Amino acid sequence: MAIISTAGLARTFQTKQGPVEAVRGVDLTVQPGEIVGFLGPNGAGKTTTLRMLTTLLAPTGGAATVAGCDLVREPGRVREKTGYVAQSGGVDPTISVREELVTQGRLYRLTKPQAIARAEDLARELDLTELLDRKCAALSGGQRRRLDIAMGLMHRPEVLFLDEPTTGLDPGSRADLWDLVRRLRDEYGTTVFLTTHYLDEADALADRLVIVDKGTVVAEGTPSALKLKYGGSIDATLQDTFLAITGRSAPPQDTTPVAV
Amino acid sequence: MLAHDTALVFGRYARQTLRSRFQMLFGILMPLLYLLFFGPLLTDLPLGSQGSSWQVLVPGLLLQLGLFGASFSGFSIIIEKQTGVIERMRVTPVSRLALLLGRVLRDALLFVFQSVLLVLTALVMGLRAPLVGVLIGFAFVALLSVSLAALSCAFAMTVRTPQEFGPAINAIAMPSMLLSGLMLPMALAPGWLDVLSRFMPVRYLVDAVRDAYIGSYATSSMLYGVIVAVGFTTLAVTVGTRVFRKAGA
Ligand SMILES: Nc1ncnc2c1ncn2[C@@H]1O[C@H](COP(=O)(O)OP(=O)(O)O)[C@@H](O)[C@H]1O
Ligand SMILES: [Mg+2]
Repeated sequence: MAIISTAGLARTFQTKQGPVEAVRGVDLTVQPGEIVGFLGPNGAGKTTTLRMLTTLLAPTGGAATVAGCDLVREPGRVREKTGYVAQSGGVDPTISVREELVTQGRLYRLTKPQAIARAEDLARELDLTELLDRKCAALSGGQRRRLDIAMGLMHRPEVLFLDEPTTGLDPGSRADLWDLVRRLRDEYGTTVFLTTHYLDEADALADRLVIVDKGTVVAEGTPSALKLKYGGSIDATLQDTFLAITGRSAPPQDTTPVAV
Repeated sequence: MLAHDTALVFGRYARQTLRSRFQMLFGILMPLLYLLFFGPLLTDLPLGSQGSSWQVLVPGLLLQLGLFGASFSGFSIIIEKQTGVIERMRVTPVSRLALLLGRVLRDALLFVFQSVLLVLTALVMGLRAPLVGVLIGFAFVALLSVSLAALSCAFAMTVRTPQEFGPAINAIAMPSMLLSGLMLPMALAPGWLDVLSRFMPVRYLVDAVRDAYIGSYATSSMLYGVIVAVGFTTLAVTVGTRVFRKAGA
């Protein structure tokens, strides 16, 4: 049973300059416990897809189920079972780390003692314990990102959506975050759906990649299958593979865009 | 669930307000200045009403406090949209109505608290009014705060840039204050101005509170005041709920 499945999911924005087709019919299937990398250049429609899958944005076409619930008909149940960490986070700089975590847990209907205990557990797991009584404004970039992720985990969601979780982090913090994501899957069986435009991140972390460009899925498979198919060999870099797929600024020997 | 969620959202914003003495007291500055430097000018003027000039001015200042305070309430939404807090909350199962109600109840409490401070200062300046009348005045401030804060938050949810918000609110709040006769009763106005002011909901509220401050509770002004205040609050909360419910807002 797929935990995420979409058929023709689409979103068109109406703007003053005319309609913008941000997502034009995405078909996806994600199995429970998978770590899926949703990879694509800037403007490909990654954030828009995530905002639809987390009920923030109504699709203008297609259908989807997340954690067994229909996105449009049962948004409340989708919200209960999923966690979302937005590209730019979402904590109030004037509030303390502990208070944000506890309130977040209670918004997910944990009792107060449960929320307090969960906040402390997660703080320990994410190395935030020393920071619990600081204002969110007083955190470094890496600390802020760990807090954002803790916020998305307060209710132990079945599915976690991460939008560019490591953008702006130093290499050490990125590696820590990758460890955390793997641990979530291994210990709790959490399904993780993450967007990134870092190829090394996708390569290191994801079981499977879904590559999007201009609002549609252009390729998918395990990193090695994609390398073999589009990069010419299993030893091809993901960089070359990606360029071959999206046809963007391809290296000189490979100027013809690959039809997919 | 609605009560649980509303209490939760209310608690979050109430704690934030309690931590900021600036936020707790800022709204009282303008009405306080009117009380101190404008009030004394009225003491010997014929204002065309029973009671002292304080019984005319203080009700106006209370509603002015609610009017300006609550209509800018959406400003915090603009900031929270930018920090991503709004989306982060909307992705949780929390009731959409609670996200609105928790905020506007905090506002109502804040402006009633400021009203109490204002009335206490006015007592020192020379105001004398029956306790029941004063309490009725606070109830009207609360209703006005809830309705205007709900509309302000709804507007803030739909507006794209912060630059659109402030000027638009000012352009509504300023004329509302003048046309509702908050400073001086509209009974003094020429016919056309009096007619114009009857289109302002706040006019009915201030007339009702002025009656309450002289101890006349069973008047037609009081009846109209209650009808307009309750009706306007119902309308505003309905509009606010619609906007907060709508996905993508
Ligand atoms: N609210 C919006 N209104 C209009 N256009 C939008 C809106 N959100 C995103 N877009 C457009 O949709 C496209 C996809 O954006 P996005 O999903 O953010 O891409 P990504 O996350 O892959 O960088 C872009 O062209 C972007 O400008
Ligand atoms: Mg994005």
